[in-house]
Amino acid sequence: MILGGLSIDWALFVIAVWLVLGLLGLAALRRFELVARVLFPLGALAGLVLAFAAVQGLLSTPEVAVLPIGLPQLPFHLRLDPLAAFFLFVIGAAGCGISLFAAGYFRKGEGTPPGLLCFEYHLFLASMALVVLADDAYAFMVAWESMALSSYFLVTTNHKVPEIRAAGFLYLLIAHVGAIAILLCFGVLQANTGDYTFANMRIQQLSPFWASAAFLLAVFGFGAKAGVLPLHVWLPEAHPAAPSPVSALMSGVMLKTAIYGLLRVGFDLLHLQLWWWGVLLLALGLATALFGVVFATVQSDMKRLLAYSSIENIGLLLAAIGLALVFRAYGMTALAALALTACLYHVASHAFFKSLLFLTTGSVLHATGERNLGHLGGLMRFMPWVAWLALIGVFASSGLPPFSGFVSEWLLLQSFLFTPGLPDSFLNMLIPLAAAAVALTAALAGYAMVKFFGVIFLGQPREEKLRQAHDAGMQEKAGMLWLAAWCVALGLLPNLMIRFIDPVTEKLVGQGLAQQAAANGWWLLTPTSIERASYGPLFFLLGVAAACAIAFVLVRLFYHGRLRRAAPWGCGYPWLTPRMQDTAEGYGQPIRQIFEPFFRLERQLPAPADRQPFYQVMVSDRFWHGVYLPIARAVEFLAALVGRLQQGRIATYLLYSFLTLLFMLLMVPGVKK
Amino acid sequence: MTTLISQLINLFAAVILMLSFAMLAQRRILSLIHLFALQGLAVVGATTVVAYVTDQHHLYYSAALTLALKVFLIPWLLHRLIDRLNVRWDIETLINIPSTMLIGIVLVVFAFNLALPISQLSAAITRGTLGIALASVLLSFMMMIIRSKAVPQVIGFLAMENGLFFAATSATHGMPMVVELGIALDVLVGVFILGVFMFQIREQFDSLDIRHLENLKED
Repeated sequence: MILGGLSIDWALFVIAVWLVLGLLGLAALRRFELVARVLFPLGALAGLVLAFAAVQGLLSTPEVAVLPIGLPQLPFHLRLDPLAAFFLFVIGAAGCGISLFAAGYFRKGEGTPPGLLCFEYHLFLASMALVVLADDAYAFMVAWESMALSSYFLVTTNHKVPEIRAAGFLYLLIAHVGAIAILLCFGVLQANTGDYTFANMRIQQLSPFWASAAFLLAVFGFGAKAGVLPLHVWLPEAHPAAPSPVSALMSGVMLKTAIYGLLRVGFDLLHLQLWWWGVLLLALGLATALFGVVFATVQSDMKRLLAYSSIENIGLLLAAIGLALVFRAYGMTALAALALTACLYHVASHAFFKSLLFLTTGSVLHATGERNLGHLGGLMRFMPWVAWLALIGVFASSGLPPFSGFVSEWLLLQSFLFTPGLPDSFLNMLIPLAAAAVALTAALAGYAMVKFFGVIFLGQPREEKLRQAHDAGMQEKAGMLWLAAWCVALGLLPNLMIRFIDPVTEKLVGQGLAQQAAANGWWLLTPTSIERASYGPLFFLLGVAAACAIAFVLVRLFYHGRLRRAAPWGCGYPWLTPRMQDTAEGYGQPIRQIFEPFFRLERQLPAPADRQPFYQVMVSDRFWHGVYLPIARAVEFLAALVGRLQQGRIATYLLYSFLTLLFMLLMVPGVKK
Repeated sequence: MTTLISQLINLFAAVILMLSFAMLAQRRILSLIHLFALQGLAVVGATTVVAYVTDQHHLYYSAALTLALKVFLIPWLLHRLIDRLNVRWDIETLINIPSTMLIGIVLVVFAFNLALPISQLSAAITRGTLGIALASVLLSFMMMIIRSKAVPQVIGFLAMENGLFFAATSATHGMPMVVELGIALDVLVGVFILGVFMFQIREQFDSLDIRHLENLKED
């Protein structure tokens, strides 16, 4: 017991605090100092309290509460069980760091009044927490919609830019299409009882057909929010459009609420699991992951790169859930627990490192005013804090030991290695391919991250103004440090973290991993048995540190201070200029070649006699042209057909009612006789 | 006596139908208003006879109300309106008059056919007239459709109300008094609003031709 009292009361208290802070922000609409220096740090503190309450809730029995708000006879049912508590922890802990950063990030005189931003931001946080706590469909949908709306207004903060308005519209559209699917899913789950509480849905025994219908609707609805493959188009538009702390919150935290919803429906509300659901999720997830990472490598906007990387991580999470479903459907609970643990670990890990990376792009953006990688470079010398913190995030993101990303990806690959135990030979043949795809994705993610870090922070500044870049302020540093600390801690102490994930997996698949994982001491992670696989992060840390130290010493001894001779023939260039460095586009070019079928490339080649040749390649998404534009055209066509009815002539409208009247009179049963 | 009275009612009904056709064929707005007033008078006559036969006092009141409203007040308002708007002609119809009459005949046949099973069920003295009432509603409706100027459309609307009123009288010996008062008031208010509306249209387009409203459509 850390806080004392019921955890759910603390969680509700934090939600109330966030709402009050938001309203205070509205009251102090243009008082910048008050909003930035008082309200946002208080919000961060509330996030910390929420994280503690969640940890306490994770270790205790489920707690319920009923809030008499909303329509009469329809109160909000809330419930804090381990699954909810785990996601609350992620929201609280990541939200704490992001709020701290935001306190220093929002500047005076940036269009939208700071108080309004503060209101939308805290409403966003509160509704995310409420989504996780909700225990009936009504409360869930209310929270889900207020989450979508508040984030829409945050995305369109700079609404004067037409592209941002378009991105916001796309986001809102897909979010609502998804919300309809979720609503329908709850409609199927309540099985005609008319009772929309989750408690009722849990006891319903649906036939396999209806259970599959509910599951597919959930995949569509939550997939729209998470950015799963055909529904991903809004994500690379909307996440970069928002201010950086909001991008961090959306990418790092909001996407996880979709994963939460999928877990809630798939493992908790549905009483049975079918194996093909798992295979479907696995295929969708891997396609999404590969697609996301390939697109991430060819981006030249730093925030878009991170947004595509988020798509990739969502894909990995989905694959892990799919694998857990497959194992669960065949009754192999220990392996299901392993895959589910990998998924939840990655949820936490991605929340921290992706938030951290988005925050560093925010600092870079403020210091330089540039988000195009082609105009950045060499910032490590001018912004050392940001650069080193970004390096931690980059390590975690590319899955390097001993950082957090490695543990989750390693656990995921471990669970793939056990698929030969499945009783289905078809799956046995296909799943190794899936494992290969995961490995490919992880490698390409590393490639994308090298590009991200290398082009922004290493080398020489590509523009003169970059030399005036300044490092992040106090609050920004504090926020990023908090997130970076989690990236390191999750990497170094996996067994501790798995102990907190255990209550969730025990509840969802009936078995935990912690005992086995820590069987050989707290410092060694052995998910199955010590003979098969083990990972001691501390050894890795020592090894990496030792290797670095030795390299440093060797360089100092043998290389440093020696006389350097220039090459006799330097291609006519006696020294290196910033323009000779590898550019973002150049770095992504091999990937563009190898994975050419993924992209829709539009090349503009100069004419042979052109005096000022100009070469341009536009990389765009095939789904946009292949799926979305045809749908948009079909909608326009149908709308034009309906538009024909609208002649604008009163006589025509009167004729419509006249004909309707005649038709109705004809339908009078007496006439037929 | 009963046959005489039922003949009388049928006579009024026939007059109403004839007047509906006459309005359909009439091109001049002034004559249209006169026809409308006459139709109102016929409805009043029919209502009075029904009231006398069935001995229902409230029908006398509604007959008086109709007389005041549809025979005197509204035609007078319309007269003032066309004087001030200076429109006395309406030569354009969307369909030529002979074809209109043919369509009108089809509508009357349709209405009679529709009313037949209902009037067989009814034992009221007015049972033969329901078809006529329905026909005059449809004919007035058609008049609204084929006229291109605003004033004849308003007259069509009012004539349709006449038909409805007659239908109510003939089918069920009149609606409850409250409903009739409400409808009468609605019609009056409607005329005022449409009058104001017509001034607005003319100010905007320098003409009362409602085809100009098509320009308001967004393309």
